[in-house]
Amino acid sequence: MGLISRPARSAESADVSAGQESWLTTRLDLLVNWGRANSLWPMPFGTACCAIEFMATAASRFDLARFGMERLASSPRQADVLICAGRVPLKLAPVLRRIYQQMPQPKWVISMGACASSGGMFDNYAVVQGIDTIIPVDVYVPGCPPRPEALMYGILMLQRKVMNERMADASLRHEIVPDPSSQLYIPPSAIDELSEPFGNSVHQTRSGL
Amino acid sequence: MSTSTYFAGSAAPGETPRTPRGVPHRGGEPNPSAGALQARFPGAVQRVDVVWGETTVVVDAAQVLDVVRWLHDDPQQRYELLADVTAVEFRDPEQPLEVVWHLRSLAYRRFLRLKGLLTKGAPLRVPSVWPIYKSADWLERECYDMFGITFDGHPDLRRILMWEGYREGHPLRKDFPLRGRFSRSEQLRQTLAANPEARYSMEELTIAEAFTELPLEVRKRLAGGERTGE
Amino acid sequence: MATTKRTVEVAVATAGMGPDGRLQRTPLGMGADGTLVAPEVEHGYPPELGGEHMLINIGPQHPATHGVLRLVLELDGETVVRCIPHVGYLHCGFEKIGEYRQYNQIIPWTDREDYLNSPGNNCAFALGAERLFGIEITPRCTVLRVIAMELSRIMSHLVWMGTTGIDIGAFTPFLWLFQERERIYDLFEQWIGARLTTSLTRVGGMGADLPAGWTNMLEEFIRTFPKTLDEADRMLTKNAIWVGRTVGIGALTAEEAMNHGLTGPMVRASGVAYDVRKDFPYLDYETYDFDVPVGTRGDVYDRYLVRLEEMRQSVRILKQALERLPEGPVNVADPRVILPPKHKATSEMESMIHHFKVVMEGPRPPVGEAYVAVESPKGEKGYYMVSDGTSKPVRWRIRPPAFVNLSAIPKMVEGHLLSDVIAINASIDIVMGEIDR
Repeated sequence: MGLISRPARSAESADVSAGQESWLTTRLDLLVNWGRANSLWPMPFGTACCAIEFMATAASRFDLARFGMERLASSPRQADVLICAGRVPLKLAPVLRRIYQQMPQPKWVISMGACASSGGMFDNYAVVQGIDTIIPVDVYVPGCPPRPEALMYGILMLQRKVMNERMADASLRHEIVPDPSSQLYIPPSAIDELSEPFGNSVHQTRSGL
Repeated sequence: MSTSTYFAGSAAPGETPRTPRGVPHRGGEPNPSAGALQARFPGAVQRVDVVWGETTVVVDAAQVLDVVRWLHDDPQQRYELLADVTAVEFRDPEQPLEVVWHLRSLAYRRFLRLKGLLTKGAPLRVPSVWPIYKSADWLERECYDMFGITFDGHPDLRRILMWEGYREGHPLRKDFPLRGRFSRSEQLRQTLAANPEARYSMEELTIAEAFTELPLEVRKRLAGGERTGE
Repeated sequence: MATTKRTVEVAVATAGMGPDGRLQRTPLGMGADGTLVAPEVEHGYPPELGGEHMLINIGPQHPATHGVLRLVLELDGETVVRCIPHVGYLHCGFEKIGEYRQYNQIIPWTDREDYLNSPGNNCAFALGAERLFGIEITPRCTVLRVIAMELSRIMSHLVWMGTTGIDIGAFTPFLWLFQERERIYDLFEQWIGARLTTSLTRVGGMGADLPAGWTNMLEEFIRTFPKTLDEADRMLTKNAIWVGRTVGIGALTAEEAMNHGLTGPMVRASGVAYDVRKDFPYLDYETYDFDVPVGTRGDVYDRYLVRLEEMRQSVRILKQALERLPEGPVNVADPRVILPPKHKATSEMESMIHHFKVVMEGPRPPVGEAYVAVESPKGEKGYYMVSDGTSKPVRWRIRPPAFVNLSAIPKMVEGHLLSDVIAINASIDIVMGEIDR
């Protein structure tokens, strides 16, 4: 698996804008996106083991500075990309939402690791099953923890995503916050009954669940 | 040393199994403190077990504070370190809840486990050992959070791992399902609705100016122990 | 522990000192009409200069809190009057899920709670499970576990030193020390296949035996690692900024430390020579020749010196372990506990059945309980497991050293400045994964 080559850039392939894209706006897009992609300042929302691999990616062997990302923005107000590295418990969920809301546009989110992407191995009462239930995510990096090379692959993927954006596309900067009630709401009385075969149970000695 | 002896089945019937080095499953030499405890508190000590060489003394839960104080102060015992306070609930609903204290004596190089049994129908209350060991502060708070056991005499018993307004119950109880009692969306809704800035404890509120501006009636409610945050 | 004569004076600006030399706290009181009142603070200076105390919230997202810790500080100017920590922001239900998993399935979970000390946690849990089962491990496995635990101790202290350096302002040692960590990552990757979350042990043995040439790599590491330690030592130990920011900060007396349940470098820096490897030995540690550094003042500087010296002692233990590493099987040869070799499992019927039983049901210990404590880099790490005869424990309790160590932070930061709070917090060596589980 390797990086696919960037799609050819031409006026015909710019399909997002309402009107015709001119040569000038495509050049401007390229310049702005190039600037953004190559200096994505990360906000490391590091909670657990993935944060250590993130630190290892920023250290000397797998240097993040070559992507322009060595300046870690601890304040969300100065950050471009929120890298959620680690598991997010329910108690931390409003904090993550608040941090995301504090970041100014343009902003992106990388969900690093299995726990941030889907809850990982923590399918229990305490952990958010994927941060995309709270904030919109651009790139998911699987792994437990992902190797630094995997994180860099995710960063490169995000850079390609940034390069393919168009300024004229209004939908990009629209703040979309996922609605937690979009999941099927099951009243507590029905949970045990419905999930019994899948294991939200008090029966601890059944295998696999 | 034999590498292949796994005890079960290698013991004669009627004999207690042993590890290859001879540590028995049950029985064996108890910690000398167990005998001293039985002599000093004959009414409180209910049982002494030795499992895999570790001594467990089961005491009457109401008298734990005196027992622990004696173990800490007595020059022959000198258990200076309270390593852990936790609880165990068994899968069998008939068995009582056990509150477990792990004590270490560095002077005499001893390890002792104390247990207090709490029957499940009755209120789960145990004296706190915080007056003797400050390490019990957070350990007992966690026990309260996870099991719902109240420690009498603890200065500040509130939830520590879950947030203060957590409504699903006490997670480590056996009747608490693994994935919680509410659906995922309901759990998210509840946690997102709680404003993180509102999560200040009583102590913290008194520092902020806002405390003096609270209406009298609210301050009365707070004086009565009502919690507003974590 | 011999210390150089310190000529750096630390002046703490205070107001309202109590008789014990610490800042006065204002306790809550009950007013006449049954409301809560906070009494006025008596300042030592004129009333027009005396101000209210500030409430500052640090975290839970903050670069210097080493994870998601929230500290609420009451400040009198720049001086901390009171500190109220809030934890639980990384609570992920480890102990609950341990009740739903077989003993071998819990091993990956032990990786992730204290994620800086994964191999150490794996070994500790396996020791606890083996005591519960009544198994004795092979001599080769014993020495391998010592190697794993000491490498893990070095890994953890390297992160500690690097991140504490960053907190106090020194960025470069972080990069040097992380390069050493990468070399240890290489070692573990060769051995078990994973860098950080190793899942190294199994009940009754290890997940894998050493590959060929691994001991040469370890010898190379042992030979060259002390040089990096000396470089970091030269950078920090006699550095005026470092000394000025750490000497006299956050001190605890030996009695206070013991009473607060502190263990590990925290309590050793305060003068109590408690090391689980020496006092309640496991894995034949009584047969190894190593020293345990003990400090005198219990401040941040002493903790730093204790951890630095511990790394050197770990190298010493590693040398001895490597010399005495015996040949032989790594795993206990009991089919009820250990998976059979793959080639047997696919050819012999009995091995296939053993494989099936061990994987599907898992090994079952007798009814009983066991508490095994090891010396993790943070302190006394204990695993308490209770069995009712089934393959999943009734209760799996992690005794978290960092949790108990952190509970002493209100005592340690009173009277210090705001920037000292960061230094003290860093000196505790907290890992939120272990604190919140």
